[in-house]
Amino acid sequence: MTATADTMPVTDLKQTATALIARKRFIAFAAPAVILAYFIYLFFAFDIPGLVERARMDNARILVADSYSYKTHITHDNRSGGLSFAIEGENKGTYPESMIPDFVTRNGDDSVDIALKARESAQIDGSTLRYIRPDYGTVTVTVEGRDIILDTPDGEVPDWISASNARVNITGAGGRAIVTRARTEVYRYSFGWELFWFTLDSPFYGKGFGELAGLALSGDRVVADKSNLAAMVHDFWNNAMWRHKDVIWAIFETILMAFLGTMGAALVALPLAFLAARNFTRLMSIRFAVRRFFDFVRGVDGLIWTIILSRAFGPGPMTGALAILITDTGSFGKMFSEALENVDNKQIEGVSSTGAKRLQRYRFGVIPQVTPVLLSQILYYLESNTRSATVIGAITGGGIGLLLTQAIITQKDWEEVSYYIVLVILMVIAMDWFSGWLRGRLIGRNEAH
Amino acid sequence: MAETTIGQSVGAERTTEIQDAYMAMTRTKRMYGGIMLVIFIALMTSGFMLADSRNAGGFWDGILNVFNFPGEVVKEASEKITLLPALMVKFFPSLIETINIAAASTLVGGLIAIVLSLLSTRGLARFPRLIGLFRRLMDIMRAIPEIVVALVLIFVLGGGPVPAMIAIALHTTGALGKLFSEINENASLKPLEGLESTGATWAQRMLLGVVPQVAPNWLSYALLRFEINIRASAILGFVGSGGIGYDLKNAFSWGQGRYDEVAAIFILLFLTIVFFDQLSSHYRNKLVGKV
Repeated sequence: MTATADTMPVTDLKQTATALIARKRFIAFAAPAVILAYFIYLFFAFDIPGLVERARMDNARILVADSYSYKTHITHDNRSGGLSFAIEGENKGTYPESMIPDFVTRNGDDSVDIALKARESAQIDGSTLRYIRPDYGTVTVTVEGRDIILDTPDGEVPDWISASNARVNITGAGGRAIVTRARTEVYRYSFGWELFWFTLDSPFYGKGFGELAGLALSGDRVVADKSNLAAMVHDFWNNAMWRHKDVIWAIFETILMAFLGTMGAALVALPLAFLAARNFTRLMSIRFAVRRFFDFVRGVDGLIWTIILSRAFGPGPMTGALAILITDTGSFGKMFSEALENVDNKQIEGVSSTGAKRLQRYRFGVIPQVTPVLLSQILYYLESNTRSATVIGAITGGGIGLLLTQAIITQKDWEEVSYYIVLVILMVIAMDWFSGWLRGRLIGRNEAH
Repeated sequence: MAETTIGQSVGAERTTEIQDAYMAMTRTKRMYGGIMLVIFIALMTSGFMLADSRNAGGFWDGILNVFNFPGEVVKEASEKITLLPALMVKFFPSLIETINIAAASTLVGGLIAIVLSLLSTRGLARFPRLIGLFRRLMDIMRAIPEIVVALVLIFVLGGGPVPAMIAIALHTTGALGKLFSEINENASLKPLEGLESTGATWAQRMLLGVVPQVAPNWLSYALLRFEINIRASAILGFVGSGGIGYDLKNAFSWGQGRYDEVAAIFILLFLTIVFFDQLSSHYRNKLVGKV
């Protein structure tokens, strides 16, 4: 009798154990299978096969090549004559009359020799272009009236030249040339971010670091009414090609948006959080209303707030700051009220036993308890909002996000895009470090991790 | 008798001394607190004024117009209220795409984050010398804003959901990797020793020894991330590629006459976010246990 009574639970136990293991085994196989099935579904839902066809690998090459190199355009105007030299073909990068790039030798008014890379060279002589490849020979392209005449050593057109009667493209290993009726252009690629420090019209252009340091210390003034150092800073700061002034301002605006938004949200959320916390507001209806308000603000989402606010306030950092402020009021309100519900009542009782009034009880009994939690959340959001401010800036039109989208949309200034990306990453890392440091100083190291 | 009075006066002296010292300390503390407060207020006001001056429309003009646009949207939507359900059905596929982007990027990012987090946790790492490298890798992934990656990828891959997916997945990897490795640090090493004694490989040790300990916490963070990623994928759609954000941008830039579509998308987005917010917080509470 007792024996059967003992064995019954044992078989029971065995059964539950088997069932449990069977369930675990099922999950162990089912979960990966479901994930795999989902990926297969996505493969078609996202049209991956079509994507492979649509992908523009040539764009990727341009992007990568452009981000670390620049090209100099040497242009001959075939209609009215005259040569011009410009970095990236931009007005801002055009060499002044007296200056030519060091790889160009002038033979006459309308004639230059251009040393390209990979031992190639090109020669512009009036409306005639000679492109010389060492292992191939000389390609001659001449513009005569309405005709473009292409002449190769063996009379055939190789695959690196594309020619029609309106346009000839030569893509060599060390440069490119494009001939149309209007103009003959030779591109030479060079390494680096040209004109990053000084533009061509600055007297400091092309000087090495040592030379600049020497100039900065010397008393002879290059620019009449300024000291050398001030002139250097001025020329760098107002660089028309890279627009350092605007870029630094944009970075600052982005940080400003994050700061104003985060701190403003915390200031708005703190009093509201008291109204949403169970132990501070006895009235159920107020608590409910405030909580639904937090949920609503959070649910509407930053994107929608940004759109609504950008209609009312126009583009700029204020709009972005307000969008962050409103969205985060919801998140902060929720987190703060949870923190407030977890406070220890003993401290509040102690403070109230000294005859403290309501506000004093909050100030001395509650705030000291929740400050570390609140601060660490605020600082975490400050860092994360720096990133959000970049995106919000792209939507509302302010800060580094705007510059970045503009530069990407033009699809040619990839060196500027990479410059902005580097700055954005540095900005986020700096804010990450700063908020960690501040957290460590304010509430102690062990929480900082 | 005389001795006690001397003792009392010495005691009283000590007390006043202590009190003075305490009051002095409180005063310095209060002063620092006051200075911090003044600096903070100065920063806030000057920042506010600066932001106001650099904004196209001023704050005080704008604050009066805040309700104009929502008012217009509500007015037009209420005029065409019968069309709203049909519009919501029309935009439902885009909504699914937005959710898919978020889910796929959370999954991909989460799976990579698991590997990276195990590789960068002291005591668990396969290559202990490379811990620093993997950590910096995650730091960089976390630091790059999604929009940067998305816009660059749109240039190469063309529009659509994939650039947004990759961009969000990259960021998710960095963010989850850090959180996961913090969880991993609390895992007990004893099961690992047991497994090692049976000759288990690193992958087996991780799969059988670590994963069962930390999986609920991982899942909880991943759910939270999923909720964040839905918002991110809607925003990225607005800026460039795929999903309901893109439809919103089209309807919005069309302006008046299409505000019924704007309203429909607002409602869809709001409901989705609230739904997944509730869902994820419900399951997170269940997984970790409400404190």
